[in-house]
Amino acid sequence: MSIFINSDTKLVVQGITGRDGSFHTKQMLAYGTKVVAGVTPGKGGQQFEEAVPVFNTMADAVAETGADTSVIYVPSRFAADAIFEAADAGIRLIVCITEGVPVLEMTRVLPYLRECGVRLVGPNCPGVISPGQSKVGIIPGQICQEGAVGVVSRSGTLTYEIIHQLSNHGLGQTTCVGIGGDPLIGTNFIDCLEAFEHDPATETIVMIGEIGGTDEQQAAEYVAAHVSKPVVGFIAGQTAPPGRRMGHAGAIISGSSGTAAEKVAAFERAGIGVMQRPAEVVSLLEERAS
Amino acid sequence: MNLHEFQARALLKAAGIPVPEGEVATTPDEVEAIAKRLGVGVVVKAQVHTGGRGKAGGVKLAKDPAEARAHGEAILGMQIKGLTVEKVLVVPATDIASESYVGIIVDRASQRPVMMVSSAGGVDIEQVAAETPEKIHKLPIDPRFGLLPHQAMALAFKLYDDLSHVRQAATIMRQLYVAFLQAGASLAEINPLITTPDGAVVALDAKIVVDDNELDRRPNIEQLRDASSEDPSEVEARDAGLSYIKLDGNVGCCVNGAGLAMATMDLVKFYGGDPANFLDIGGSSSPEKVVAALNIITRDPNVKSILFNIFGGITRCDDVANGIVTATKETALAVPVVIRLTGTNEEIAVEILTKAGFEALTDMDEAVQQAVKLAREAA
Repeated sequence: MSIFINSDTKLVVQGITGRDGSFHTKQMLAYGTKVVAGVTPGKGGQQFEEAVPVFNTMADAVAETGADTSVIYVPSRFAADAIFEAADAGIRLIVCITEGVPVLEMTRVLPYLRECGVRLVGPNCPGVISPGQSKVGIIPGQICQEGAVGVVSRSGTLTYEIIHQLSNHGLGQTTCVGIGGDPLIGTNFIDCLEAFEHDPATETIVMIGEIGGTDEQQAAEYVAAHVSKPVVGFIAGQTAPPGRRMGHAGAIISGSSGTAAEKVAAFERAGIGVMQRPAEVVSLLEERAS
Repeated sequence: MNLHEFQARALLKAAGIPVPEGEVATTPDEVEAIAKRLGVGVVVKAQVHTGGRGKAGGVKLAKDPAEARAHGEAILGMQIKGLTVEKVLVVPATDIASESYVGIIVDRASQRPVMMVSSAGGVDIEQVAAETPEKIHKLPIDPRFGLLPHQAMALAFKLYDDLSHVRQAATIMRQLYVAFLQAGASLAEINPLITTPDGAVVALDAKIVVDDNELDRRPNIEQLRDASSEDPSEVEARDAGLSYIKLDGNVGCCVNGAGLAMATMDLVKFYGGDPANFLDIGGSSSPEKVVAALNIITRDPNVKSILFNIFGGITRCDDVANGIVTATKETALAVPVVIRLTGTNEEIAVEILTKAGFEALTDMDEAVQQAVKLAREAA
């Protein structure tokens, strides 16, 4: 089992002929993801790598192939429209890898998706992988392993670091979700925690947060009230100065709010095992699971 | 991107909001000339990207042009929180009957723009929020409909009893929302919004922060960027496609990915060191980016060791290795470097580095400890 994606996931790639889209589509195909269609306006009728039909519109792609999930690699100025197009075409899960989508555009996108009942992961995220089943996005497949740990994170490479630690010690994953580093995102920690809690294959959960906002604090309260499985967590940005944006658009301490210290305290209050450093993930998980 | 007060005022004015006259000066002569032209007492205000200008002596009242000139001499060139004042705004001194606060932010929790008003104006709104949160009234705006007239009126009634004040303030709020959208802002605020003795409602000070992701589609806003008010290294980094923030420590950090970069800084601290910077070379790296990153890090005289921490995903380790070799071929590094890389094309990278005389590590903790130790020995 897994959350959000599995071996039945039928994927359409928005921006399949672009630089990033084509590179990562090859990686996803090699991993075994069922990539059933691609979309690039004006390139309809072509075949990508002699394996994937390309369509002009999402509506055509979904009608012809029955795709249920999309991944977006289009440039930032087209990303919000690509999300609307996917939702209108009947896609159920949209994963937006694109970085740099204006937050005001997201204020229009998110209520629309809620009305349509569509899940968005991202934007500005590495995507989702259910090891051995399907990979949607850019998380390197070779560092993942099948297993029983659910991973959810606001980061990209820091997530890889922690997955790498897990896999090296034989702790495989059910699903790893990168929810993205922007201030407004489609899927938050609580959505993933809820899904992991209900996924019978997931036995333990790793949650990787960072400075900025209060998502981690709310997630901690959710864990205390609703999650029976052991959870361990990490917060990046202990040394980040206030008022500065640390790379991610959402990673900023505003006034005295959003600090690493308050998030760590919230984790501890909720009984979440807090890692001091990424390498502690394995020992903490083993301690909690026993 | 932060806008200066005078730039934010111009955007509000363009949206129809009443803003007092005023002009920007860069020399005491200009300050005096503007004061003469305005013909009344004036306020000389430092234009720097930081709060607390008043407390730092960067905002001064002058009764005549000669005094305005003297204030101009004192304020131009002064340092406020490490920033040099290069411009001042000269505005007529205004009689104030009352001060309020009106602002819009994008709220992460409701995922909407939120209009905030408070009758406690003229002070730091963060302070009001902390001490007397009941004095702040908030309204989430549905972006599909904008700020509706009745919503603006209801908020304005929280500020004023006089119907004329209420109507003026409601109009200003709706105009502020338009200015906020047009600028692609993440924050727009008027603090204080004042009433004058003759019954007018006027925006006395303005602040706008623009979402950096909006800039590529808003050239009119992008051209308001004032690079002279930013740290030169941070400007250079942005031009090279890097994300860099200078800190006070001595371990220079070069990392791919913002989360891993923060975690690396934290680990430096954990092992008893102090990070000299945050630096994210971004997703798709190239040798050129690494060269630029090394140039920026080595220019910081505090740096006593340099730590590379690369987890190859989209970033290819061999790109980073080639960058390190290229950068050090021209000028040898004056400080020791510790390189940790793992992931995509790791083997090729190790070969490139070994051939050039560098050692490559694969463990993050080991690399950080080594970098901290080297910095301590050199300090």
